[in-house]
Amino acid sequence: MTQATAASSEQSPMNTAKADSLPMQAPTAKTATELPKEILVKWLYDMQLIREFENRTMQAYQQAKIGGFCHIYTGQEAVAVGTIGCVNHDDPVITAYRDHGHALARGMTPEACMAEMFGRTTGCAKGKGGSMHMFDRPNWLMGGHGIVSAQTPMGAGFAFAAKYELEVMGTGKKKVCLCYLGDGALDQGCFHEAQNLASLWDLPVIYILENNGYSMGTAIERHTANFENLVDRAKGYGIRGIEIDGLDIMNVYDKFKPLADECRETSRPAFVDLKTYRYQGHSMSDPQKYRTKEEVDQYKDKDSIAKLCADLMDMGHIDETGWKAMRKEIADIVRASVESADAAPIPDADELFTDVYANPEKNLSPTATYTHGTKNPLM
Amino acid sequence: MTMIETDIHPAIDNPALPMFLPEDQMPSRQGDRIIQFREALREAMSEEMRKDKRVFLLGEEVAQYNGAYKVSQGMLDEFGPKRIIDTPISENGFAGMAIAAAMTGLRPIVEFMSWSFSFVAADPILNNAPKMLYMSGGQFGCPIVFRGNDGAGGQLASTHSWCVEALYANVPGLKMAIPSNPYDAKGLLKTAINDPDPVFFMESERMLGDKAHVPEEEYYIPFGRARLAREGDAVTLVSFGRPVHFCLEAAETLAAEGIEVDVLDMRTIRPLDIESIIERVKVTNKVLVVDQSWPFASIASEVVTQICERCFDWLDSAPARLNTADVPTPYAKGLEYDYLPNPERIVGAVRKLINA
Ligand SMILES: Cc1ncc(C[n+]2csc(CCOP(=O)(O)OP(=O)(O)O)c2C)c(N)n1
Ligand SMILES: [Mg+2]
Repeated sequence: MTQATAASSEQSPMNTAKADSLPMQAPTAKTATELPKEILVKWLYDMQLIREFENRTMQAYQQAKIGGFCHIYTGQEAVAVGTIGCVNHDDPVITAYRDHGHALARGMTPEACMAEMFGRTTGCAKGKGGSMHMFDRPNWLMGGHGIVSAQTPMGAGFAFAAKYELEVMGTGKKKVCLCYLGDGALDQGCFHEAQNLASLWDLPVIYILENNGYSMGTAIERHTANFENLVDRAKGYGIRGIEIDGLDIMNVYDKFKPLADECRETSRPAFVDLKTYRYQGHSMSDPQKYRTKEEVDQYKDKDSIAKLCADLMDMGHIDETGWKAMRKEIADIVRASVESADAAPIPDADELFTDVYANPEKNLSPTATYTHGTKNPLM
Repeated sequence: MTMIETDIHPAIDNPALPMFLPEDQMPSRQGDRIIQFREALREAMSEEMRKDKRVFLLGEEVAQYNGAYKVSQGMLDEFGPKRIIDTPISENGFAGMAIAAAMTGLRPIVEFMSWSFSFVAADPILNNAPKMLYMSGGQFGCPIVFRGNDGAGGQLASTHSWCVEALYANVPGLKMAIPSNPYDAKGLLKTAINDPDPVFFMESERMLGDKAHVPEEEYYIPFGRARLAREGDAVTLVSFGRPVHFCLEAAETLAAEGIEVDVLDMRTIRPLDIESIIERVKVTNKVLVVDQSWPFASIASEVVTQICERCFDWLDSAPARLNTADVPTPYAKGLEYDYLPNPERIVGAVRKLINA
């Protein structure tokens, strides 16, 4: 009897060959001001890309080119770009349904993201996931997840898997998982279970609370107890927690980078209460009766993109002309992504029955015959 | 046993499926290596864990306590605490965690002390595991096994006596195995661990002490192949898991009256070996499905429907089903017995079918 061709102990179980061509390492600088110009300018680029992408997304939604629930990320750009900017490319990232920003910050192309919402074969999930379920395996984006807080035990799971690979299989390397959640997810039982497990088992996962003050139409003071001291909760689980002003990306980096390095090094979880704000309604179908226009304007006055842009101008990293050119370039790229999504093929009817089972034996269904789907465009 | 790379989805890294032997080359079910059902399960897990470091077991009391039902006895000693992992009572948390680990290519085995406790983990096990491949457009698979006790019989009353198969088998993307004896339990669990899809594996606390010969040689049992446990000509009894024994007992009683029935042990529910059912229906022309879940939208309902769709003309009378009584599971011993599709009820149902 021959042995099973078990995973060779030299290689990590998850094969992401395509990612090799991408920059792999997080910057080493301790503070944002020490970062090379290229990185700082890239942040601005990425944040503006998300902003522009979301504006176009709303337009396409209003034209009924995008269906379902669609949650816009504008206002929160500094969170995804700043925190993802602190980690390595192969550190797993998982988030909820407000996921376009994370997808783009992780390196998903605007085409793949837009086409997914258009329900086209060139979308990151070939049109099977939609706005709330963005996955990008080569970029270690382990999903947008539609069920509030379902991603939090999974975040612990990716940290667990990284640790297991290192300690049991002798492969892999020290990683840290970034697990994003909205303030509404604070109230779910599974987040408490996840924190308990992460702390109990020394799992390197950082729970990044994107605290935009609202869970749909319910303000945080109406949905979670002791909302002004959320790090205390984490402390209850023996998890280190910090608060970060999430409207200033330089500040996000300065506070988050040492935390991410420490979690990776010590294999411990952390919790970050990142104060941010969403400019748009909860989803595309939200009349926003629960907040005032003045409140929204107050935050828009502290816009994170404007702030970074001003900082970079002060530092001499970019000037008006450069900023204008950047915006033009981004606008063109995003417009092209809409055009390419619009022109992309809709899935064949056959695709309905593909990618259901990895080993589609017969008789799995009384009515369906399953097969493997066309190759995913990202793989 | 050769492991082969068959037509497995590219989302699965390093897939290895056992090459299944033809039925007549499988090691014998007869012999004197008599072990318990729980030991057969343990052997299956241990053998696969020895071969493949991606495989690990987690659940409540699986390590230091040696398993709430002693299925994992001794495994901590052999594999250590990094691979035999005691969890807190946190099904939602650890099931979700294990699913994420499976997405990255590890092969977790999650033990639910009882499937009755899986409901607090319903979201991850139903929303994430079986849909991951589809929702990610074929980027991430989820090769994971969930296993544990299922069904009534130990006077545990309604919260602890769940039969979850009808609820869960409804979901596309998962597979479901429900063995009735140690030989099948071992062979099916070994297959489940190697299968690249999420497998829901149902055991029964009532059967863990059952003893039978389990061969020394390694073997794997393919999914979707029923076993004809007894051959007759009057009626085909279709069942799976513990009620197979009720059927065999009823068959003995009926044989004393000169009525010979088939007992077909499905072994897996999804996939369902409908061809074997049809083959036997063509012989007996009468069929009774015996199922220990509730009747409404049950596995029996599904099997009966498929029979009607596929071999209606071969039936001499309406296909029948026998389920647990359509009530919450009672505690009192006698009531619990009456609630189950017990041998007496089966005998009654067969007589009714024959006289129909
Ligand atoms: C378990 C569950 N309950 C309810 C919903 C519906 N729902 C979707 S988002 C949402 C609000 C969540 O807000 P928050 O976590 O703060 O995230 P944000 O939208 O602010 O990013 C609700 C109630 C859901 N998706 N999942
Ligand atoms: Mg919120």
